Parts: sequence; structure tokens; C-alpha cells
Amino acid sequence: MSLPLLLAGAVLVALNAYVLLGGADFGGGVWDLFAAGPRARGQRELIAHAIGPIWEANHVWLILAIVLLFVCFPVAFARLSVVLNIPLTLALFGIVLRGAAFAFRSYGGDRDAVQLRWGRVFAVASLTTPLLLGTAFGALASGAVGSWSNDPPRAFAAAYIAPWLTPFGVGVGLLTLACFAYLAAVYLTLEADDRQLSEDFRSRALLAGVVVLVVGGPPMMSATPGSLVIGVATVAAAVAWWALWTRRYRLARVAAAGQVSCVIWGWALRQFPYVLPPSLTIEAAAAPAPTLQLVLAALALGVVVLVPSLAYLFNVFKGEAKR
Amino acid sequence: MSDLLAARFQMGLSLAFHIVFAVVGIASPAMMVIAERRWRASGDSIYLDLAKRWARGTAILFAVGAVSGTVLSFELGLLWPGFMRVAGPVIGMPFSLEGFAFFTEAIFLGVYLYGWDRVTPRAHLLAGVVVAVSGALSGVFVVIANAWMNAPTGFTLAPDGSFTDIHPLQAMANPAALSQVVHMTLAAYAATGLAVAGIHAGLMLRGRSALFHRHALIVALTVGAPAAVLQPLSGDLSARFVARHQPAKLAAMEGLFETRDHAPLAIGGWPDTTAQQLRFAIEIPSGLSLLAFHEPSATVTGLDQVPRDEWPNIPAVHLSFQVMVGLGTYMAFVGLWGVWLVRQKGASIGRGYLRALAWGTPFGFIAIEAGWMATELGRQPWIIYRVLRTSAALTPMPGQPIRTAAFVVLYAFLAVVVTVLLSRQILGSPVTGDTAELEARR
Repeated sequence: MSLPLLLAGAVLVALNAYVLLGGADFGGGVWDLFAAGPRARGQRELIAHAIGPIWEANHVWLILAIVLLFVCFPVAFARLSVVLNIPLTLALFGIVLRGAAFAFRSYGGDRDAVQLRWGRVFAVASLTTPLLLGTAFGALASGAVGSWSNDPPRAFAAAYIAPWLTPFGVGVGLLTLACFAYLAAVYLTLEADDRQLSEDFRSRALLAGVVVLVVGGPPMMSATPGSLVIGVATVAAAVAWWALWTRRYRLARVAAAGQVSCVIWGWALRQFPYVLPPSLTIEAAAAPAPTLQLVLAALALGVVVLVPSLAYLFNVFKGEAKR
Repeated sequence: MSDLLAARFQMGLSLAFHIVFAVVGIASPAMMVIAERRWRASGDSIYLDLAKRWARGTAILFAVGAVSGTVLSFELGLLWPGFMRVAGPVIGMPFSLEGFAFFTEAIFLGVYLYGWDRVTPRAHLLAGVVVAVSGALSGVFVVIANAWMNAPTGFTLAPDGSFTDIHPLQAMANPAALSQVVHMTLAAYAATGLAVAGIHAGLMLRGRSALFHRHALIVALTVGAPAAVLQPLSGDLSARFVARHQPAKLAAMEGLFETRDHAPLAIGGWPDTTAQQLRFAIEIPSGLSLLAFHEPSATVTGLDQVPRDEWPNIPAVHLSFQVMVGLGTYMAFVGLWGVWLVRQKGASIGRGYLRALAWGTPFGFIAIEAGWMATELGRQPWIIYRVLRTSAALTPMPGQPIRTAAFVVLYAFLAVVVTVLLSRQILGSPVTGDTAELEARR
């Protein structure tokens, strides 16, 4: 396996971790927005409690993915930043507002009015950010970023809005949102102390699972008919749904995480060997070998430090999860 | 406003905002660890209260710093794709290492904040130490990347502007790295330590629960005073680097228009760029030659040796530099005074010293902002010194002023949020009942 390919894999692993961990935080925000019924307050508290200790670590994955991208594939990063400037900027606004709201809710005192106001900011930003990030990914996958050219110069909207504001892009945005909400609901079934709260999130997880299939199924099927990843994803989806139905929440968590990971790796395999389809390959976009070798060494060092640390963090705070 | 100016403004604003959080993130874990250690050693519950407050403060600032840092990592591309395309492979290494250091900090901050009852006392204190060390390291890595922009090494510039023969480790070992890293790390401890000490000094002057604030003040001074005392020495190291490698920047800092030997050190004054002379400054004969080259007769390059289209904004660089040096000098004196007071066992901290501290509360942060203005504006018009112009790195996308305006609103909002949170949670004294109880427990 070549060096550029190895590092492209590393970017994807960081992205995968961000989706599974940070994505679930976004999803938690979505369920905060839709908290309803007699236990709405309990649902919100459970979400905040589950996110608290591991929030910061979950969101560093995005920084890691971005840094690896601009170090190892600088041409691709520069192109993405130019073409997707608007959705990325808007996503940044969401990320900032969400972070501020999180800080305020965690450390801003317990008055209900304050909690409610910041909760609303947190929840709305949790909805828009995945939508925008997903839309940006859709534009990348569709080839609009790779084939972009502004020579001769085009009108602003044609050059900087049309490439990403497409039905496909928005579709991927919706799929991203659905996946995040699905992950959060599945994880939360396991986090709840209270059986009724657990049931609340079970029904939400079942619903979100259906939405994921409806929104994500057709494009995935048409894109890669019969590929192995689709097969695995389908099996994982079925297992997750069955496990939720029969209240095997641990199994459901593993299966749902596997299912969403398959979507990411399926996307990556579909556009292989391109980093920006239709023409910029991983090899062509890669930084010179000395850089890649050193980053790989840094990654190895990072893994040695981070994996035990993360295991410790999750063990301290998630170790007592029930059932 | 041009796209270029708007983009520079937005980047400057984002960095000026982020650095406050980065700096507190480096120094406040040190204070929190010292306080926890003193509590464990003495059983004095005031120290426990302090450790918990500072941990909460660290957490708020870390949460906001994490998002403003995320913004920066995107902005590098959103504003300067031309820079990232060439520089990414050369200085990506410190950014990657910073990523890991930051990640480690995030993990152990989680353990520290939420783990008081969940891990052993030893593990808890150790988690705090890891937060402090990794926080300092992530600052070091980012400054190394910035130092490379001042002293780019580790590559060969091809005629078409691309970089070949890339050596990322050589780039990290660039000649500006050591002086900038030392200067910035000391600045972080000095600014945070003296600011916290200043806040508590102010509250003591207003007669609030003396014992609590005295404890807080001593711990904050322990972190801030030695750094403030050492900072002028590190400033000397930085000045000599700039004199040798970036003569245009030094000339702008000092308002030196004419190349000359026995160059005087200018204090204050206003550089008149049309008449090309520094007005109203106090001049110390041969002072600049002495400081920059440790030789009174040394020749110092003036702006006359720099092509006019490569001049930075002279008044802005000069003013920022003067502000930094002035405030830094004040802090060094306050630091020295503090070290002397603390060393004299049993000496009480008089109102005179409390006033000196309280006055200086914001000085460290103003000095840091001014110092960064001096070094960043002083490098212009280059984004990579003498390699790539800032204008050539700018995004081709039009309409930058609109996006910049939106960011200004966002940052203003964030600033309000943080101020409200901190004043509510951290700065307040324990309420009277608590204090009486705390003092009784002594």
C-alpha cells in the first residue's frame, strides 16, 4: 500500500471517528430540539449528561481530519476551501454557536430561562451544521468540486453556489443529519438510567433508522450496485433494527455504528482512486514523500498516546453504562 | 474595503480572539494543579475551592477556544488557499503535532473536570499535570508554524513558485522558532498569572474576604511573576533575531528610517512616513545598536534599505511594539516586586503592591495582542517572508467584506458570552456565609 493511500485512509479514519462521536453529539442536539412528551425535560438532561465529559474530545476529530487533509493533500484542501467556501463558512457559524451554547449550558447556571434559550441555540445549530457539512460532502462526491473552474470567470452564483446547492448535495446533507440523529438515539438508549427514557429513545432510534434507509438507500444503491460495502451496510442496518426492536441495546449500538461507517467507506471506495473526482487522484494530490513519512510517524506517536488516553476517558465515564 | 484588507482583518480578528483562550489554556491548568496540590498537602479547603473554580474557568475557555481554533483551521483555507497549497506540506508537521497535543489536553481535561469522585487523588492530580503540559505543548507547536512564516526554511523555491526538496523537520527548526516559542510561552504564564493576581488584588482592596483572595493571589503570582521577570531576557533574544533576519520589521518597530551605526533606541514618538522621520521620541544614544547586536557601534538597517512596496505599516508596527515593551516592563517590575515580597517570609502584602497588581490586570493580554500585531504587521506585505506575498495567497472568491462583517458580529457575540460566563462563575468571591465558614475551618 502506497504512502498517500495510507494517509488518505488516516483522514478517513479521523472522519469516521468524527461522524460516530461528534456526529452523535449533533444528533443529541437534534433530539434536544424535538424533546417531547411527559419526559421532555428528562430527555434533555440525559442528552446533556451523556455529552458533557466527552464533548471536547469528540470534536477534536474534525480538527484532526482537516489538519491531515491540508498537510497531506494541500491541493485538495485549497480547492475545497475555495469552491465550498459558503457552506463551510455557514457550518463554522453553526459550530461556533453550538460550542458557545454548550459552554453556557454546562457552566452558565441552572436558571430555566437561560437553559432554555441556550438549549434552543444548541439544538438549531445541531440541525443546520450536519446539513451543511453533508451538503459540502455531496458536492465533493458529485465531482462538482473536482471539475470546478472559474476561467473564464463566471457569475458569483454560478461559481460559488451552484456547485453545492444541488438536489444531490442537499440529499447527502439530509442523509448526514438522519445518520447523526439515528446514532444519537441508539447510543442514548444505553445511556438512560430510567427505563421509560430508554423507551423514548428506542422509538426515536427506530424511526430515525427508517428515515436513514429512505433518504440514504436509493442514492447508495444506484451508486454502487452490488458492492460488498452495501451488502455489509444492509446487514448491519437489519441487525441494528432487530436489536432495537428486541431491546438488545449494546448490539444495536455496534450495528448502527457499523452501518454508518459503511456509508462513509462506501463513499470512499466509490470515488477511489480520486480524492476529488472526476480527475484529481490521491497520488497526484499528495504532499511530497518526506512530509507523508513524518506525518505517518507523528500519527503512530499520536496513536500510542491517544488510544490509551481515550480508552481511559471512556472507561471512567462510560464504563458503568447499563445492560 | 478591499477583499485583501477584509481577509487580513478577519484573520487578525480570529487570531486576536483565539489567542486569549490559548494563553489562558496554557497557564490556568498550572494554577489549578498547584492549588489542588496545596489542598492535598495542607487540607486547606480554600485551595480546593480555588482548584475547582480555576478548573471551571479553564473548561469554559477551553470550550470556546476549541471552537475558535476550529474556525482558524478552516480559515487558513477559506481565506488563504494560495498559502495552504504551498505551505501545508512544509509546516503541516507542527500542526499535526499540535492536533495531538490538543487532543490529549481535551481528554484529560474531561477526566479532571468530571472525575473528582471517579478517579484516585493521584490520578486526578496527574490528569491536571497532563492538561497543563499538553496545553503548553500545543502552544509551542503553533508558534513554531508561525515562526516559519518569519524565517522560512526546509524547502527550495522553484521558479514557478512551487516548493521542492521539502524537509519538514528543517522547517520546524527554523531560526525564529526558539526565540518566538520562549517569548510566547513566558508571555502566556506572565499574562494569565498577573491578570488573575490583579483581579484578586482588586477584590482585596475592596475589602472582600481577605484569606481566600490572598491564597488565590499567591498561587497566581507563583505562575506569573517568574515568567514576567524572565520575559525581558527573552525579548532580547527575539530582538536580536529580528535584527538579523527581518531588518524591515525592526526598522518599523523602532521607526528607524535611516541606516546608521550607533543607532539610538527610540521610546515612544510617532513615525512620519512622508517626511521619513520619527517625531517626538525620547532617544537613548546607541541604545538600539547595543540591544540588537550587543555592540554600541553596530550598524542597524533602516527603512531606506527596504523597497517602498515592501514597507509594512510603520506607525501601526511602531505603536504596537512600543505598547508591548512598555507594558512588559511594568509587568517585569511588578513580578520582581512580587518575588521579593513572597521570598520575605511573613511579610504582609501591602496596599501599594495590591494597587500595582490591580492596575496591571489587563496589561499582559494587551501586551500579547500588541506583540502579535507588531510581529504580524511587521512581516507584511509577506505571508511567507520574502517568498509569498499575502495578496498572492488570498482566495479568488469575491465579496470577502460581507463574510468578514458576519464574523465580526459572531466574535462580538462570543466575547459577550464569555465575559458573562466568567464574571458569573469564576471571578466572584465566595458569598459571605461561605467565607466565614472557610475562614472558620482554617
